[in-house]
Amino acid sequence: MAEPDDARPIGRVRFMDAQRVNLDGFATENAELGMVAYDSPADPTPSLVIRDGRVVELDGRLEADFDSIDEFIARHGLDLAVAEEAMALDDLAYARMLVDPAVPRAEVVRLAGGMTPAKLAAALGPLRPVELMIAMTKARARRTPSNQAHVTNRLDDPLLLAADAATAAAFGFRELETTVPVLNDAPSNALAVTLGSVVGAPGVLVQCSVEEALELELGMRGFVSYAETVSLYGTHQVFVDGDDTPWSKALLASAYASRGVKMRVTSGGGAEALMGGAQGHSMFYLEARCVALARAIGAQGVQNGGIDSASVAASVPKGVRSLTAENLMVMLRNLESCSGNDALMSESEMRRTARTLPTLLAGSDFICSGFGSIQRFDNMFGPSNLNAEDIDDFLAIQRDWGVDGGLRTADTAGLEQLRRRAAQVARDVYAWFGLADFTDEQVELAVDAAGSKDLGTTDTLAVLNAAHTIKTSGMTGLDVVSALQQCGYPEEARRLLDMLAARVSGDYLQTAAIFDEQMNVLSLVTDPNDYLGPGTGYDPTPERQAEIDAIRQQRSVDDLRRAQDDPEEFARFSVVGAATTGTAAGEVVIGLSPAVGRAISRTLSGLTVSEALAEVLAGLEEEGCSARLVRINDSIDLGSIGLKAARLSGSGIGIGLQAKGTALIHRRDLSPLANLELYSVAPTIGRADYRLLGVNAGRHAKGATPDPARNPYSDEAIEARYHTRVVALVAIERTLATGGVPEELQWKGES
Amino acid sequence: MSGREASELSVEGVVGGELGPDDIRISPDTLRHQADVARAHGNPQLAANFERAAELTAFDETEILSLYELLRPGRATAEELRARAEELESRQAPICAAFVREAATVYERTGLTA
Repeated sequence: MAEPDDARPIGRVRFMDAQRVNLDGFATENAELGMVAYDSPADPTPSLVIRDGRVVELDGRLEADFDSIDEFIARHGLDLAVAEEAMALDDLAYARMLVDPAVPRAEVVRLAGGMTPAKLAAALGPLRPVELMIAMTKARARRTPSNQAHVTNRLDDPLLLAADAATAAAFGFRELETTVPVLNDAPSNALAVTLGSVVGAPGVLVQCSVEEALELELGMRGFVSYAETVSLYGTHQVFVDGDDTPWSKALLASAYASRGVKMRVTSGGGAEALMGGAQGHSMFYLEARCVALARAIGAQGVQNGGIDSASVAASVPKGVRSLTAENLMVMLRNLESCSGNDALMSESEMRRTARTLPTLLAGSDFICSGFGSIQRFDNMFGPSNLNAEDIDDFLAIQRDWGVDGGLRTADTAGLEQLRRRAAQVARDVYAWFGLADFTDEQVELAVDAAGSKDLGTTDTLAVLNAAHTIKTSGMTGLDVVSALQQCGYPEEARRLLDMLAARVSGDYLQTAAIFDEQMNVLSLVTDPNDYLGPGTGYDPTPERQAEIDAIRQQRSVDDLRRAQDDPEEFARFSVVGAATTGTAAGEVVIGLSPAVGRAISRTLSGLTVSEALAEVLAGLEEEGCSARLVRINDSIDLGSIGLKAARLSGSGIGIGLQAKGTALIHRRDLSPLANLELYSVAPTIGRADYRLLGVNAGRHAKGATPDPARNPYSDEAIEARYHTRVVALVAIERTLATGGVPEELQWKGES
Repeated sequence: MSGREASELSVEGVVGGELGPDDIRISPDTLRHQADVARAHGNPQLAANFERAAELTAFDETEILSLYELLRPGRATAEELRARAEELESRQAPICAAFVREAATVYERTGLTA
């Protein structure tokens, strides 16, 4: 006997070690490094002292010791009129208000206005996951949920960017975010995605995430319609390392507003720990500072929930919970929540799904602050938690739960046309400005491409040149409107002009603003969340619900019936007359279900019924038995079909075969549900199995010993794949089980 | 800031050159109106942002980018910031001026000056 090897774990453990979740990093809590989600010993006790209308102490720190973040929050961020009431409120009392349907959003938002960062963090700490979700449902700003996509590729290829932007818009994304692997390409990417967006749908917002000053310039010149990558951090040092201060960020916010351009800021738990600057604080407390600062500088919204550091937060206990609590905190500060779920936070399909599901179910202004609408490898932000690989999954999950995650099924046939138009628009506009010349072949490659790997070799210098020309020529969004019109794309010209004209009224500067496809602004002001418990708040309209429900994979009984209609197969079967009882000792009767030869042509494993039958008959012949075919017309139950066949059989042995392929061997003296052999998993029953069924039935008829069949093993979700078809096939059988006597059939095999 | 209504903006006008960048710019009055809306919807900070923005409508892109640059860490001395505040004051941007003065004081104390 071999000695146990101490270094090598047992097979069960080796098997568990090999699962993908174990590629993820999991950290022991370490408060010193900021590797703790909630409640670090260094987190301050909430405090607020106001003297003569001026904050002189904030969360345990005296005015003289304020860092730049404290100072900005103290001077601008708090509603001092409610501060005393809010700070005196018991943490649990506030937490309970959040989940109490009788307390309206306005009240919890009013109170949060007077809470310091540490106070709001303390009040949200006790909320359990489901309580967080209820609170989010009530607290988000906009009634109608929405979603944002990433649209990027490794090559910054403008034709593919345009086609993918149009595709994302067709799938329902209302904000598109692009970025660049090569910074200098940025103006070209912004233009290409904007062009694609106006082909895809009206009213789609576009941003290009790059360095602060360039992003602002792109916005001011009308190449993008919103900005998001204005990063905030929870400690003074990390903030300064990011080359900004609260005042410079606030100035940026005002700069965007001065040109009528929507903006939000970015933060996220774990960022400071990742940059080695958490100063012993918990992720949630530091994020509470970021969110308070976001409100203080006058941003209308925040992208948070980990973002680039999501996997840092997810590596510690309760980290994923804290990411969702961050989103809630934004909502309670009366800001738009763009709720993370962007950076891929795990190698595990289950963990990444579990991370996003609460946001999707609760609903948010934007479920993802970057659903990768392109494939993982093309996402220049890094893979998202959800990507093109997952769009059908997401659509199915929306439908499963009956919730609106902002996506819809795009017409797959129409997508080709849409992508072609987007690529052509990009080509024509680039040519119009003399930016680049693309060929018909390049357009077609972009139309068909599932990702940039399908484009072959491209001229990346051409993109760089185009971007340089856009940047230096002084052209603006209005010039692009003009080019679209003159290139023969009046609808796209109108849509782009509408986006630029929206700057004039400024309605989309308000909190949580998006446009619907009729260019109505939906925001905190025009579409306020009015959730007050069951039966209130957002529900999809019947039209929207139909959009959520009608995924392209769904099939009706009629669809199945058409697919099963095969006159050639049905013609093989003809009725001889009423079935009689046989007397020959070597005879086996094969009982067929009502739809055989009439309405169902194929079994679930893909064989025609005739192909299955031919194998059964061959098996019987091998054993020297004769066979008769009898269609049972008064039952669809396989046991009953097999037993009736056995009772008509000379040997007393019968076979039951349903048109969908399920089969058994029966004997005339048994009860219906007791049979000799059952071949139950129709999708996996192949020719060899039907042959064995025939052989074994023959052996039973002769009194010999058969080698019983074992159902083939499968680890696939066989039931998920086939149950809907089974329901339809059974329904078809049921319509034909009209109660007539058993009929003897003649069958013609392949000649 | 031409005063044209958004509904008057036509693609033909853009192609014909009758409409220019000024026609798609938000006006200070509109921003102040949006500030009132934000305040009425429980967000005085957003309102304050719009009021700063209303002043900035009079500044061109280069000036705004330069002001942003000046406010980044370690770019300016407190005196330089105060001088810029004076300039903003003289150009009818008192809110922004006060904002920059506040920054100067805080930057001095927290080590953010050049």
